Amino acid sequence: MTAQTMFEKVWKAHEVVAETPDTPAVLYVDLHLIHEVTSPQAFSLLQARGLPVRRPERTLATMDHSTPTLSEQILGKVPIKVDAAAKQVRQLEQNAASFGVELFGLRDARRGIVHVISPELGATQPGMTIVCGDSHTSTHGAFGALAFGIGSTEVGHVFATQCLLQRKPKTLAVNVTGRLKPGVTAKDLILAIIGKIGVAGGTGYVIEYRGAAIRALSMDERMTICNMSIEAGARAGMIAPDETTFAYLQGRPRAPSGQDWIAEVARWRALGSDAGAQFDASVDIDAGSLEPMITYGTNPGMVLPISGAIPQISDDPIDAQALAYMGFNGGEAMLGKPIDVVFIGSCTNGRLEDLQAAAQILKGRKIARGVRLMIVPGSQQIKREAEAAGLAEIFIAAGADWRESGCSMCLGMNGDTVGAGQYAVSTSNRNFEGRQGVGARTLLASPYTAAASAVNGKISDPREML
Amino acid sequence: MEPIRQIRSATVVMPSTNIDTDQIIPARFLTITTKLGLGKSLFADWRYLAGGEPNPEFILNKAASSGSRILVAGHNFGCGSSREHAPWALLDYGFRAVISSGIADIFCSNALKNGLLPIVVDASTHRWLLDNAGAEVLVDLDTTRLTLPNGVSVAFPIDAFARHCLLSGLDELGYLESKLADIERYEAQRALP
Repeated sequence: MTAQTMFEKVWKAHEVVAETPDTPAVLYVDLHLIHEVTSPQAFSLLQARGLPVRRPERTLATMDHSTPTLSEQILGKVPIKVDAAAKQVRQLEQNAASFGVELFGLRDARRGIVHVISPELGATQPGMTIVCGDSHTSTHGAFGALAFGIGSTEVGHVFATQCLLQRKPKTLAVNVTGRLKPGVTAKDLILAIIGKIGVAGGTGYVIEYRGAAIRALSMDERMTICNMSIEAGARAGMIAPDETTFAYLQGRPRAPSGQDWIAEVARWRALGSDAGAQFDASVDIDAGSLEPMITYGTNPGMVLPISGAIPQISDDPIDAQALAYMGFNGGEAMLGKPIDVVFIGSCTNGRLEDLQAAAQILKGRKIARGVRLMIVPGSQQIKREAEAAGLAEIFIAAGADWRESGCSMCLGMNGDTVGAGQYAVSTSNRNFEGRQGVGARTLLASPYTAAASAVNGKISDPREML
Repeated sequence: MEPIRQIRSATVVMPSTNIDTDQIIPARFLTITTKLGLGKSLFADWRYLAGGEPNPEFILNKAASSGSRILVAGHNFGCGSSREHAPWALLDYGFRAVISSGIADIFCSNALKNGLLPIVVDASTHRWLLDNAGAEVLVDLDTTRLTLPNGVSVAFPIDAFARHCLLSGLDELGYLESKLADIERYEAQRALP
């Protein structure tokens, strides 16, 4: 048999009807994750046609994008600040109840960012197809799942049929050799990859991250890598499951157990790309050559090593526009630039290891005067774990604002925003104009770099503080 | 959905590359629970000044842009978030097609499902369109050709199935529902509960 890539194996196993020149494939969806912002219109589609959710047991709902991160709003002691967000929350509660979909609601102990809680529950498993009306669904590819973001109309299609119409994408191998140096994280690696292939470099492809440097990563780190695949234009990123994957999943509430566990692990071991499998394209990167990375512009591809200087403006007026928005000039060093806000959280870097990294820097230190540091755990479970491990105490002593879980300042829908003109070092995934608030200037970096910059009040190399 | 065959319009040109869906429709406008009324918030942070008044420098606020149905944009239009609110906002504003040298995957898929045509052209045609703002062009979905006012006509790629649905005014869910027997068979074969 021809050698197959992991993507081809997962695709083939979910092909209900193969594609033809005239028609796309009908692809089966194993797990459909939904949230309050992109599901209302899809539920309306069902209502308009009198259709049920065909497989409610394959659907998991939570609320994260527009939800508050202040305890008193979560607990209902004061109203949710953003009125329209409160309406979305109520609407999801109603829709989940009337369509029989399991919901981790506002006060549920299992609530959190959709891409954090599904792996945490063990609902995300190797070889699955997973979709969600959110582009960072690519996160779940860290388990060897084929996971990608869809629009609300497609959310409706999955509700109604448990399937999607899809054209088969191409495959891109990203081979990462060597080993990350101390103080250099998965976030720095994925920023470097995006810098190398560009923000449209992955368009039309599913990425498979391979090589010794990837194998050495924990699941939290692998999720950071796959999460930002979409920032390179790829809808999905995948990493072959291995012992690290199985150790993470074993014993989680929704993971298989007993004989099922043994059978599934055996199946999962065969999922990785076969030796000699052909990819449509490939790139190589040496992890050992990397430094901490930080963005300087208005897309994640405008990134450089933290000790670097902002490139001189090219002939492209777009570069000038980006630097003018950021208030930067070509030739300036990134290190030492003053900052106003630091955000540690999001589906990119809001997991326990990210908080541990931040705590490593913040322990026994205080954030600089005038800097606002917001730390938002990826889920309520991570919040409890961070509190039990004493991390929250470190954060609060350092002067951080420690919140309830949610997407929060990554996209500012819930009122957690960065002010106009302010500089924010953020562990999130997008530095687009206005992403974190109208006029906000975002600098994407790792939790180490974010915490170090909060302490110094300026962009700082965390390696000097570890 | 109304069938779509041809769109003829003067273009509006936004040459920026990598126009992301956060620019097309900022996240604070996603708190709606319908698809309606997003046109007024299209490109909100570029289109309006801090006080809420129109920014006279922004292309959509110029008289020449009025009534245009075709947006020509820089490479990699629609990157970023999967929010379908982006094509909803463009359609609600009045656009019926977006032309670029590259359009992001999820945006493209969302656009096709709502009757907004994502048209990808070669670099030289793209250059011509960027340099000739306001040119009256014809997008013909039937022949899959884009015709420029100088008579030059180029073919554009578009998924055959999406084209068929758009030309006939069909929505894709109807087709998926026609495959329910196959879906049930698949579930039975995999012994899914």
